[in-house]
Amino acid sequence: MTQTLAVLTMMLTVATPLVFAGLGEVITERSGVLNLGIEGTMYLGAFVGFLASGALHSAWWGILVAMLAGAAAGALMGLLTVTVGVNQHVAGIGTTLLLVAACNFVSRLKSSGGASEQVPKLSKLFGSTAVIGQYPLTYLALFVVAPVIWWVLRSTGMGLKLRAVGESPEAADAAGVSVPLTRYLALTVGGAFMGLGGAFLTVAMLGSFSLDIVSGRGWVCIALVIFGRWKVWPTVGGALLFGFAEGLEKQLAITTTFASVPNELWLALPYIVVVAALIIWGRGVRYPGAYLKAYKRA
Amino acid sequence: MTVSVDQGGGQPAEAAVPLVRLVGLTKTFGQLVACDHVSLDVKPGEVHALLGENGAGKSTLMRCLFGLAKPDDGWAEIAGKRVAISSPGDAIRAGLGMVTQEFSLVGPMTVTENVLLARSNWGPLDVAGGRQAVVAAAQRLGVEVDPDARVEDLSVGERQRVEILKALVGDCRLLILDEPTAVLTPQDSAALFTAVRRLVAQGMGVLLISHKLREVLDIANRISVLRHGRLTATVDLATEQVEPADLARLMVGAEALASPEFVEATGLDVIHPHQDGLFLKTEVDTGAHPVPVLAVKDLRVDGEARPLLQIDHLEVGSGEIVGVAGVSGNGQAELGAVLCAIKAPDAGTISLGGKDVTALGPAGRFEAGLGRILEDRKASIAPTLSVEHTLVLEDIEAFKRGPFLNRHRIRRHAHKAIERYAIKASPTDPVGTLSGGNMQKVLLARALSRRPRAIVASQPTRGLDVGACEFVHDQLKACAAGGAGVLLISEDLDEILLLADTIVVLYEGRIAATLARDDADMATLGLLMAGAQPEAATASAASAAPAAGAPSAAGEKEVPA
Amino acid sequence: MSVLTPEPSPGPVPPKLRPPKDSPQRAPQIAARRAAAKAAWLRRAGALVAVLAAVLATIAVTAGPIRAAGANPTAAYKRYLMVPLTSVNGVVEVLIAATPLLFTGLAVAIAFKAGFYNIGGEGQFLVGAVGATAVALNLPDAPRPVALTTALAVGAICGVAWMAIPAYLRTRFGIDEVVTTLLLNPVALLVVQGLLNGPWRNPKTGFANTIEFSGSYALPRLFGTRVHAGLLVALLLVVVTGVLVATTATGLRLKAVGQAPGAALASGIDVKGYQLKAALISGGVAGLGGAVQVCGVSHQLTESISHNYGYTGIVVATLGALSAIGVTLVALLLGLIGIGAEKAQVSLHLPSYMGEIMSATLLLTVVAALVIRFWRPRWWKRLVAKGGAS
Repeated sequence: MTQTLAVLTMMLTVATPLVFAGLGEVITERSGVLNLGIEGTMYLGAFVGFLASGALHSAWWGILVAMLAGAAAGALMGLLTVTVGVNQHVAGIGTTLLLVAACNFVSRLKSSGGASEQVPKLSKLFGSTAVIGQYPLTYLALFVVAPVIWWVLRSTGMGLKLRAVGESPEAADAAGVSVPLTRYLALTVGGAFMGLGGAFLTVAMLGSFSLDIVSGRGWVCIALVIFGRWKVWPTVGGALLFGFAEGLEKQLAITTTFASVPNELWLALPYIVVVAALIIWGRGVRYPGAYLKAYKRA
Repeated sequence: MTVSVDQGGGQPAEAAVPLVRLVGLTKTFGQLVACDHVSLDVKPGEVHALLGENGAGKSTLMRCLFGLAKPDDGWAEIAGKRVAISSPGDAIRAGLGMVTQEFSLVGPMTVTENVLLARSNWGPLDVAGGRQAVVAAAQRLGVEVDPDARVEDLSVGERQRVEILKALVGDCRLLILDEPTAVLTPQDSAALFTAVRRLVAQGMGVLLISHKLREVLDIANRISVLRHGRLTATVDLATEQVEPADLARLMVGAEALASPEFVEATGLDVIHPHQDGLFLKTEVDTGAHPVPVLAVKDLRVDGEARPLLQIDHLEVGSGEIVGVAGVSGNGQAELGAVLCAIKAPDAGTISLGGKDVTALGPAGRFEAGLGRILEDRKASIAPTLSVEHTLVLEDIEAFKRGPFLNRHRIRRHAHKAIERYAIKASPTDPVGTLSGGNMQKVLLARALSRRPRAIVASQPTRGLDVGACEFVHDQLKACAAGGAGVLLISEDLDEILLLADTIVVLYEGRIAATLARDDADMATLGLLMAGAQPEAATASAASAAPAAGAPSAAGEKEVPA
Repeated sequence: MSVLTPEPSPGPVPPKLRPPKDSPQRAPQIAARRAAAKAAWLRRAGALVAVLAAVLATIAVTAGPIRAAGANPTAAYKRYLMVPLTSVNGVVEVLIAATPLLFTGLAVAIAFKAGFYNIGGEGQFLVGAVGATAVALNLPDAPRPVALTTALAVGAICGVAWMAIPAYLRTRFGIDEVVTTLLLNPVALLVVQGLLNGPWRNPKTGFANTIEFSGSYALPRLFGTRVHAGLLVALLLVVVTGVLVATTATGLRLKAVGQAPGAALASGIDVKGYQLKAALISGGVAGLGGAVQVCGVSHQLTESISHNYGYTGIVVATLGALSAIGVTLVALLLGLIGIGAEKAQVSLHLPSYMGEIMSATLLLTVVAALVIRFWRPRWWKRLVAKGGAS
């Protein structure tokens, strides 16, 4: 029983950065842009959050600064894909490489070889109680951010325009919606959430920064968005699934029956689960109508 | 034919300030003048039809009015005040609404959401208010609409209604309809016109763009005719008697044909294409059982509302040029696509020289002796491939030595083609950098390179200058003289009359008529392309003066669908 | 088929289309050909100008951070681009650093050329290294030719296998290959780590790396330096691929498939088949790169066998314009920058990550510049229209 509770507790914690970053990617892709810079933006958010939290001696301020950094990264993607019109795959991979290298550069400058320092981090609400003992950001993600984004997408003019731009930019343009502006906004807001997701890893969870802090979670978010059919709650469900898989492998790894199975196989399990989820549920998926297509008024 | 000018005196009392007035609107694309100082107006409570064939400038004019294109000269007045419209948003705010041929609807969203899209700000959506507005507008229109239905689940006719609802909810005073019946069944068309009459009775103005004579005479109060970007006439049906034949002549410009400029530019007198004697058809002896080089039987391509193409029987004989005439949207694109193996037909057979090639793909048809010139130049090429490689792309097997490309042979082939077809490029130039005319010459060279027995040419001279057009025509004639059969699909009547031995007119996906070249002239073809009956067509064309009594529109029947 | 003749000749041509050689009508044809040649030259010059502008932009962007890190930018660029080439040892290191990039860059270029976005080069590289290691650890006594051939072949096959799943999922189910190839990268790293922490852990030292391979698994050295024969294999592959793409029918069809799949399909080319084959070959080349790296440089499998080679391969392929010459030059350039960055870290205390920042910035500026050069502002259009109309 305690094991199940432990798994569930882990599930919620692990899922949180994926919920933030995944929903950020949903917003972006719903406007028709694939943002492969998500991995780099999460890394940026993690690093900047760590730096800012240490410099400003406050975890919350660190998180805020990380969100601003993420928004800037989103704006960079906007400049490349919307204004200039570069191939979206190349722009995204290039941005990820640039952001990761830049963060590592500054990190090496600041702490040449020293041990990773600790910065102010968040503490869990309800302490170490099972399941409900989570960081405030987790509650924020599941009970505030996800419902708000869900509501905005389906019931506000802003969400309507965003969806129209992503499905048919010609129709949106004819209706008087500014396609470039909408996409820039989507990228910037999405980037802010991606930065927030990265900051959760350093500022909330660990309180320190290391090179493998993100280790492919950005790519997992890309898969989750497809798996979630670009809708808010299925994407959240996918994040929880990944979190569950990771919680499960951590628990199973320490039980004696499975001790002989290598640790890494367990660590790989969540990724494999996502690939399997794509195979089962990701076939014949209907992409947003304007996915990957740059738009210039003819 | 009188050109009516709106002047005072004798006007009914409701002739208030026109809703919209275009003054001297001009739009050029480089060298091409799409709209040439066009002035017209639409009064409240009237349907003003804009008539013209493809390329006449109707759509460009509307795009300028609606803010999708910027005019080079001229302006628009709304209710007497000059306005600057630089985006669709401005146009909507000024009281204009437009329904285009490609609907501007977002498929996965509901009717209400589509209607709200143009009218909402960033805040929460007033869905209930939107639903009410949709229902109210539907009542005005006299139709039933489910506000929560997803647009992609609706039929074509229903989707068009949603487009009109969008405009109505936006408080539009002038509704622009661009070829609205192009995709509708006859029943939906009738329903549309009923709705239009309702709106007009409520005081709206409607600007209807069409190429269909019968329906224009049916619904419009005034008709303006555009030809080559210029307004050739404005006719008020309340005060004048109009024959379809007269309109057709204004549309396609029969008088202009014999003009000295035209003759000089092309070097050919269109009335007598064989005059210079160089291209006399050789008598080809096909033996006891002459087999057509290209034949089509029971061909059908289905569309959403109705079949887009339905041809029972079409044949091209050896040495014959068959021209397929018709206004764009009547099935030509589908015919070209099916013959060129881009699209599979929903029923029917295609045979080349007696052999059934329906199941064969592009490579198979090429092997069977079909030369193809596709409608969309840009989609037939890979832009950075060189000219010489593009020339052999369909036929690579013949230019190989083992697994390797036989560069010498490819280069020689390219040089020959460049020489023969006067292509202004070198073999190593990327084909995407060529001008339209040269690109078409490359594609022509490719299609003809294996001396095909049948050639399908879809809009082969679209967008080409006069010299390049002439060249393509000469090549096609030479092929026919050499024994090949050519199926020429073209929206350009001049071209068809110039080249074809037999002319087939497509209307709403079916063959409206098959004529020998000598029986056809501009006016007849214009009428057939616009849906008039062949007998009525020849009768009206033969009579020089407009018929007395009731307009012939009432006496015409729709060509059986 | 009676109408078909082997010699392509389009029917009888009316005499007026073939003017005699000295006739006045030839002159405009010659003039037109000259104009076309000039236009081609202008196009190439335009691309060159765009690339130069991008390089300048990269220097401008990176100078600030370099200065902020306390180093002199000019000194830094010298260290990055020139110093390694001034000594034999430096050149050797550059060549060694460039070799894996040649493999991954070529792999990515082959896939991209067919329109298949292989972002999984990293994983395929790692899996190739694993495959070669498996052979080396299990057949330590094989004679050298057999040993090396088997190890490299198994490495390549492992790369193909790692690519097979995403490739199959894409061709059969239409599942986006970007996501599937990306996700398999962390999994490949975990495979490596699992093996190194488990059955392949070094029994003598207890560290997470394998024992050193026996001598028969070491790629021969060239010219008495540390440069290994893997470089030759890489260059050979690049040259062969370049030649094949440029001179064979398959290469021509591949180019058409990648650029204009619709037009290729309309010309009767099997688009899906070509994409699948290109994807698998791409995986094999990347896997071979991993095998070469482990047999030529490290002689054992470690966690850090790949320094982001897979992702950098994307930079190499894109900047190299998917061409053989381009990939070679850019791989050498990035290898140079990589070595220079390491040296600058020692001498100028400039973290070596600046090298990666430079490559990523160069990638983004070059692709942006190549698009921007086609922008035609409205005043330009008006100018051209006036010139044409007069």
